Amino acid sequence: MSVAESTFYGLCAAALVGIGLYGLIVNPQPLRKILSFNLVGSGVFLIFGVVARRGAALGMGGDPVPQALVITGIVVAFSATALAVALVVRLHETTGAATLMPADAGEPPTP
Amino acid sequence: MNTLPTLLPEATSAGGYLLVLALVLPFVGVLAALTLGGRHARAVAMLALPLGLVLSLAIVVEAVRSGQTLVYLLGGWAPPLGIALRADGLSAVMLLTTAVILLAVACFAHADFAAPAAGGEARRPFMFWTLLLAMWGSLNTVFLAGDLFTLYVALELLGFAGVPLVCLEERPETLQAALRYLLFALIGSVLYMLGAVLLYGAYGTLDIARLATLVRPEPAAFAAAALMTVGLLAKTALFPLHLWLPPAHAGAPAAASAVLSALTVKGSFFLVIRLWLDVMPGIVTPAAGQLLAACGAAAIFVGNVVALRQKRLKLLIAYSTVAQIGYLFLMFPLAAGLSALQLPTAPAVTGGMLQAISHATAKAAMFMGAGLIYSTLGHDRIADLRGVGRQLPMTMLAFALGGVALIGLPPSGGFMAKWLLLAAALTTGQWWWVVVLVLGGLLTSFYVFIVLVRAMAAVDVPLTPKIVVPRHREAVVLALAGLSFLLGCVALLPLDVVQIGRPALLPAGLQ
Repeated sequence: MSVAESTFYGLCAAALVGIGLYGLIVNPQPLRKILSFNLVGSGVFLIFGVVARRGAALGMGGDPVPQALVITGIVVAFSATALAVALVVRLHETTGAATLMPADAGEPPTP
Repeated sequence: MNTLPTLLPEATSAGGYLLVLALVLPFVGVLAALTLGGRHARAVAMLALPLGLVLSLAIVVEAVRSGQTLVYLLGGWAPPLGIALRADGLSAVMLLTTAVILLAVACFAHADFAAPAAGGEARRPFMFWTLLLAMWGSLNTVFLAGDLFTLYVALELLGFAGVPLVCLEERPETLQAALRYLLFALIGSVLYMLGAVLLYGAYGTLDIARLATLVRPEPAAFAAAALMTVGLLAKTALFPLHLWLPPAHAGAPAAASAVLSALTVKGSFFLVIRLWLDVMPGIVTPAAGQLLAACGAAAIFVGNVVALRQKRLKLLIAYSTVAQIGYLFLMFPLAAGLSALQLPTAPAVTGGMLQAISHATAKAAMFMGAGLIYSTLGHDRIADLRGVGRQLPMTMLAFALGGVALIGLPPSGGFMAKWLLLAAALTTGQWWWVVVLVLGGLLTSFYVFIVLVRAMAAVDVPLTPKIVVPRHREAVVLALAGLSFLLGCVALLPLDVVQIGRPALLPAGLQ
């Protein structure tokens, strides 16, 4: 991979992280926040790929360490998404709405 | 920059296998609890936690005896090819603190989370004990891991164990609080991972000891440091990223709040210490240290003032956690200032760690005490606490002792911590942190006294408790509070355990 190519993919990754962060902060709906988190994650994984290929400049086929790490990262991101979606589903079952806004503006009661 | 220390090839040290046991034991407990099911999860936890306490004591003894960092190389492969587990003084002390607090919480929660007598599975006890063991395992991983990626996995595990603990009650508010906590935790760990990738891309290793010798002040390292720090601050709930903490910690059951407030936030704080003092001390600028501590100072003021305005006891204690987290971050500019003067950084680092441990013990005791008050009264409105002092004398004594540790009066651990930080601030001429420390203690004393005065107020008719709290539960709370009260006596120890395996001087930062 040439330098221009790795720069191109690096910029794509930066764009993904940027779009994801924007969505995570701006969108009020939890489901959209979870999707945005996955966009950020994809951006980070793409950077893993770029790093792996840049390490390959020494004449080897590719640096295997980032590849091993990216698989772990994907598994963790998947579990995180599953946990978050399960929470949203349970929230919807309990309240009839999946939102992070408190129902009344008062303080949340404690047990 | 100073000349960097040359890195000697590492080997597994004599007591290295203890580190493996400390990682394996909690997760074996999780697996056993999952296999045996909800009726036996409590027994598994009650068996594993005392063993863990013995194990962490053995690690501390071994570290003190050898006087250096314990190392275990997995499979005998040395970094950068393999992965190392390391326990320096910081790790050993945190392992011990975690084991002590978790054991106390388990004794406290023993009655709350019992399997139903009628037989059958019970979801709540099953979840609680399994998650408690998982939390323990992830904290031990945070303290022992020697490379940034294992730390990332540990950080995620910490979040995955903490989020369900928040919503054990499954009320809508706690579900929302848990979801908000999870989103903060996720963004925090993804930013941390991005930083770790950038470091790997720039230096080709994730091993902490190796990175420390390689890191240079250049854009990649600065970007990585900023990303990782912000990510960790979101998980530590440092102002202004603290919004998720009060509803999450106040909504959880008392035993879970105690663990979350005392230990979980300390896990990510521990990583900030690793990052700033071990991975990249050479590139941290004085301005960055001041900025971090300024966020801490803002947390102290905002947390304390908002705590004063709370009407419910658990929310008050949760906001007090926001404030106490602020104190932890005062150590960074002080350590940098001391090392710029070519003085040992020990006062600042030991002061910061003492503050972490003192807050952990005091806050666990206070949250559990609030739980007892709640079950006695059926509410925790601060305005209606009259008569609790007579009903729960040991709990209110524990609350007072914990409050003394938070304010920082002698001989508590909080006093010793603030004394060390004050001394470091005066030595380095950073008088503004002295003002913050003194004013913060004053604000803290206001809300501690408000609660105590209300609870101790005389009543004509003794109140009738909803549930009579067994004395042994009060005794656990009092023991933990007593520990935080007497923690200042560690100054009498001949050896500063925290400093084992640490260089006396940090490599000089950018001046």
